[in-house]
Amino acid sequence: MNATVAAPAPPSRAAAAAPAEYRTVASRIPWVLIVFVIMATVPWVGTRYDTFLAGQIVIDALFAVSLNLLLGTTGLVSFGHVAYFGVGAYVCGILMKTYELPFIVAFPAAGLGAALFALISGYFCVRLIKLYFAMLTLAFSQIVWAVAYKWNDVTGGDQGLPEIPYPDLDWMSAIPGCADLSDGARFYLLSLVLVAVSLAVVHRIVRSPFGRVLTTVRDNPDRAAFLGVNVRLYQLAAFVIAGGLAGLAGALYGIFSRGVFTDYVFWSKSAEILIMTILGGAGFFWGPPVGAAVLVWLNQIVTDYTQYWSFVLGAILLVLLFGFPGGIVGGIVMLWRRLKRLRNA
Amino acid sequence: MSSSFLFNQFMGGLTTAMFLFLIASGLSLVFGVMRVINFAHGSFYMIGAYLAWQVVDWVHPTGGEFWIAAIGAALGVGLLGAVTERVFFRTLYGREELYQLLFTYALVLILGDAAKFLWGVGQLSVSTPPVLSGSVTMFGTTQPLYTLFIIAIGPAIAFALWLGLNRTGTGRMVRAAQMDREMLAALGANVSIIYTGMFALSAFLAGLSGALVTPIQSIVPGMDVLIIVQAFIVVVIGGMGSLWGTFWGSVIYGQVLSFGILILPGFSLFSVFALMAVILIVRPWGLFGRPL
Repeated sequence: MNATVAAPAPPSRAAAAAPAEYRTVASRIPWVLIVFVIMATVPWVGTRYDTFLAGQIVIDALFAVSLNLLLGTTGLVSFGHVAYFGVGAYVCGILMKTYELPFIVAFPAAGLGAALFALISGYFCVRLIKLYFAMLTLAFSQIVWAVAYKWNDVTGGDQGLPEIPYPDLDWMSAIPGCADLSDGARFYLLSLVLVAVSLAVVHRIVRSPFGRVLTTVRDNPDRAAFLGVNVRLYQLAAFVIAGGLAGLAGALYGIFSRGVFTDYVFWSKSAEILIMTILGGAGFFWGPPVGAAVLVWLNQIVTDYTQYWSFVLGAILLVLLFGFPGGIVGGIVMLWRRLKRLRNA
Repeated sequence: MSSSFLFNQFMGGLTTAMFLFLIASGLSLVFGVMRVINFAHGSFYMIGAYLAWQVVDWVHPTGGEFWIAAIGAALGVGLLGAVTERVFFRTLYGREELYQLLFTYALVLILGDAAKFLWGVGQLSVSTPPVLSGSVTMFGTTQPLYTLFIIAIGPAIAFALWLGLNRTGTGRMVRAAQMDREMLAALGANVSIIYTGMFALSAFLAGLSGALVTPIQSIVPGMDVLIIVQAFIVVVIGGMGSLWGTFWGSVIYGQVLSFGILILPGFSLFSVFALMAVILIVRPWGLFGRPL
């Protein structure tokens, strides 16, 4: 009896334990590299507008991945992640426009500024649990919004900071094929490289021992504490890294969309980025970038037909919450496993 | 600063406070019983305002239409709340907070666009009911009767809710559900109907406040997301789930906003969010609430 039941089990268990032997063709293809190369060719093969959309996807991908470091990896539900995006956008915008500093100074400063604000606000946030945590992150993001809205002399208030200059990208003319590109296309390529490097860093962090501890904190904070892990310290560290990365995304976005405005820091933007993250799949590293790509692309299609994009987004969210809690990547992975099981059976 | 000026500021703050109390009381009720933060509460408020305008538009020349509109809007939104809870929300109990939050946010998106689709993006307004269109002189200031009506209705609703929760059998059930829903269900009570009822009551209050705000504020798209954050602040200050906490939270909010403008012009917006953050840091369960 036992033997007959157990018989089919070993192969699948072996597959889980030693994936290398069972690697399929699909998993040997360097998907990430292919996507990067395709994205890099957009300025040459696509229109100006395609480049604009691709830039949006790339920047949103970084923003969503930074949020997922909190949500998926550490298990913290932040409803105010846009605060750090906004701080980064404003710091970079103010430094480049008002003080005319070069991008190479303003960009890291934006990341550091956002990380510093994340350190201060996160210090208080990680002391709270669940809903209170979400509410406090929301409160901090609204504080940033109120300051951006009212501090006319520095942030431009309601009018925002329009016409942030592009960084000096003349050096790119030396690269073969880049001589004829517009400033916008060059900045897109620069953003693509910066985001790719940032994503590689996050990927490394998540796979590192530090990242494993974050996952332990997510799955069972009590047990992590028993093991001697300083739970709050790890949560704060994740919060600061996520905040800094969101700040970098904000800095790129401000330049990319030629201005920084108060909309960037309003709370509903935090909700949008959360939707992006879980649409792709918060449980997977590549979920948020997939979510970003799908959402930007869908927005593009839907707004051609109707002005009621929010309605469509709400409907997508409902389908997601009630039908596919694992998101797109989660759905694909589940389908893949099912197909595999069918083939093995 | 003359005393009549200060009185005017005080009354302005009190009016804001009582409006916010009407809205936030429903938010607080739902949080108290179901431990859910309902982003869509602001949307219920907005739908209430639009429904009131719609009813006034239908029954226009009869006189007394405002009161029909207010009750009609409140009932309509209450029904919407009940349906929402029955069809969608109950499947989310026991799931992660994130899913509940995002579900209520999905409602914000859908209801916001539905309102735009049905009533357009222009400003709509409703005139003050004739009975309350006058004004009286108090301490050398002119106070519209409608303002006084709002200031009176806030405490009246608070008292009615308190009576309902503390002096009736149903109220006792609700308070029991607040403390331990499994135990209550095990004792044979119909917890499911209590939840639907609370959600409907909460939506009813949101719809009522939306209808009552129409004579002094124009109805515009986007009023939902602006009000919900203010309601959050009030509920956080007073203590999520606490009725009197929400009441005093709104009074504090109204006065901070009203006098904050005098002390630090331009920073009153900042000060209310800062107050919310400070309270969450020092006493996450609010001034009048209890730790979870």
